[in-house]
Amino acid sequence: MSKYKYRILVCSGASCYSLGSNSFKKVIEDELAKYGIRDQVAVINVGCLGLCGKGPLMLVEPDGKIYTNVSEANLPEIVEKHFVRGTPDERNIITRDDPFYRKQFYIVLKDFDKVDPASLEQYIATGGYSALAKVLTEMSREDVIEEVKKSGLRGRGGAGFPTGIKWETVAKQSSELKFVVCNGDEGDPGAFMDRSVMESMPHRLIEGMTIAAYAVGATQGFIYVRAEYPLAIERLNKAIKEARRAGLLGVDIMDTDFSFDIHIRVGAGAFVCGEETALIASIEGRRGMPKQRPPFPAEKGLWGYPTLINNVETFANIYAIIENGGDWFSSIGTERSKGTKIFALAGKINNTGLVEVPMGITIREMIYEIGGGIQGGKKFKAVQTGGPSGGCIPEKYIDLPIDYDSLKQVGSIMGSGGFIVMDENTCMVDVAKFFMEFCAEESCGKCIPCRVGTVTLRNILQKITEGRATMTDYRNLKDLAFAVREMSLCGLGQTAPNPVLSSITYFEEEYLAHINEKRCIAGVCEIKSFDTINSYV
Amino acid sequence: MSVLTLTINGIECTGREGQTILDVIRENNIPIPALCNLKGLTPVGACRLCLVEVRGISKLVPACTTKIQEGMFIETDTEKLRTYRRILVELLFAEGNHVCASCVVNGNCDLQQLGFMVEMDHVRFDYLWQSFQIDASHPRFVADQSKCVKCTRCIRVCDEVEGAHVWDLKGRGIATRIVSGLNQPWGQVKECTQCGKCVQVCPVGALFDKTATPSEMVKDRSFLQRILEGREAKLWAR
Repeated sequence: MSKYKYRILVCSGASCYSLGSNSFKKVIEDELAKYGIRDQVAVINVGCLGLCGKGPLMLVEPDGKIYTNVSEANLPEIVEKHFVRGTPDERNIITRDDPFYRKQFYIVLKDFDKVDPASLEQYIATGGYSALAKVLTEMSREDVIEEVKKSGLRGRGGAGFPTGIKWETVAKQSSELKFVVCNGDEGDPGAFMDRSVMESMPHRLIEGMTIAAYAVGATQGFIYVRAEYPLAIERLNKAIKEARRAGLLGVDIMDTDFSFDIHIRVGAGAFVCGEETALIASIEGRRGMPKQRPPFPAEKGLWGYPTLINNVETFANIYAIIENGGDWFSSIGTERSKGTKIFALAGKINNTGLVEVPMGITIREMIYEIGGGIQGGKKFKAVQTGGPSGGCIPEKYIDLPIDYDSLKQVGSIMGSGGFIVMDENTCMVDVAKFFMEFCAEESCGKCIPCRVGTVTLRNILQKITEGRATMTDYRNLKDLAFAVREMSLCGLGQTAPNPVLSSITYFEEEYLAHINEKRCIAGVCEIKSFDTINSYV
Repeated sequence: MSVLTLTINGIECTGREGQTILDVIRENNIPIPALCNLKGLTPVGACRLCLVEVRGISKLVPACTTKIQEGMFIETDTEKLRTYRRILVELLFAEGNHVCASCVVNGNCDLQQLGFMVEMDHVRFDYLWQSFQIDASHPRFVADQSKCVKCTRCIRVCDEVEGAHVWDLKGRGIATRIVSGLNQPWGQVKECTQCGKCVQVCPVGALFDKTATPSEMVKDRSFLQRILEGREAKLWAR
């Protein structure tokens, strides 16, 4: 390290990658060579740097300066000014003290800005796999589960079930064969937390899964990734191969008598396959449809054997719990929601991107400090958390702490961490229609309330936005929303009406204005004139 | 096998361990709607019509897939359940093109019966008026998608009892359809043994005999129990 004067860390997350950062390394190296300082500067591709909305990003150490909106064209200028003359152009630079980074707290995303996602050596150099080594050499299965229980970690997939309890349930099953499955089927519109973890730090996920496998007594693991994440699949595949080669996966891991291996299953991209029973069906090679629980996968999962299913982010938290102890982890966050949560900030906000914050941070801090406020200085209207299964939280709850229980109390959910900010120019009926359309398209078609109910809900919302609805339609909308929520078989259907119900709770006047006054308060919906038709009726 | 006691609608009943709530409800002649469930086939909990309220469980539970437990308090006919069941039946009518007057099972239809049972006099939601296909390529039977309620009884009986697995599902959400073979016309599916089990278990007029005209088709499901019990008892073992 010391032989280099600078380190240039180029973001290689999917967002920056797709904007051209994959070619930066070579261009920079060529430029450096021109000035004969190639050996003074290390250029490394690293994981996601977070501020995706201003990408591609490039971090320069030891200065701690982050270049935003970098392009291949302005690289020569950056190299010349920063590394040759030592007078960087500060206009496009932000630092770690930027409000976007200041309130963040990294556990899962820790060291994303340091290591090359593709390099096992670099991961190990930052302390990687030491938690696994500790588990395999110093801890019993019970110790590991006890530590996870003590940490208070709850499932990051959305439902927030205590992870330690889930592990214990699987560990107590008396089966010869057990599985560990990682749910990487992130399907929420606007969410990319799991994708970023899989792309930026695949080894952290593998380490977490291996520790879980040791704790519950599993020998076989699967990572279920959606096909829309080719970069994640590529990096995971490489990471698994390297881990196998280094004896960190496979038979007799780290020369102990513990064996575990991981395979990747690529899902064809169905939102419902994020539901654990549907995910299991998909891995088994069947049509991805959920099954009535119980039995839960912890008792009867893959091919009928006990199966532990956790989300990517849940597994990625494990190394820190083992290294620093459950008590340390539980000191972060709120009383009933421990640790941190990754959010994908999106929508009408100045800083869009990936953030990790301690549980309990308020919506106001998220939007106005980390998010840098609403675009164009407009007024904040609502935030949609939890994706299509979540709800819209209005401005009056702007000081609400973000944790599992608080969000639930106001009619939304944590979900996997989508955070879509809406400004005053957003029509809430239109938003509800968008999410309902998504759910209707993604319904597997197994149970009636979800299959027909979501489509009917969408049609009624369509009628409202077109100014064709009556109060009878509105009553039907509400009755049906409750019916779909209570009667559907799986989580997709049970939570699908959430955007409708929460927007009715907080923005009923908008619904009524569409219906009674034939007017869209936000000016989004095109209300068609039906006077001619009505005159004939 | 131990006997469990439970209370259904305020009446004390008994059931054997391993039985589902629906089994016990039926043994005690308590009326409950169900569409996807058929004795002899694996329960799937898809139609949601047999949802009941169980004391101590905040969610509604499907009677067909939930095993009984000692001391359960079950309600099958509350105001909430009646409201929801009617909505479900209305949704089914809104989904397909169910014109009873021209249907082969008019008067013998499970869906029609359900309509009476939940006292449905009209459908409050807009009909979806989807376009469907009729497959009359089979020499003996016809599949009319417009009447299909996706209960998957045909799929299960063909797979689990006949062992041919001619039927399956394709598509997602409202576009879900049953398909024969690899989405071929039924008449071209070589695996079809023409046994007609799927036709007999179909609750509505989606699968019917080619010769049937409106109101003529009466389906007989007693064969299923006879076959399954006979197999169990090895009546036809060589």
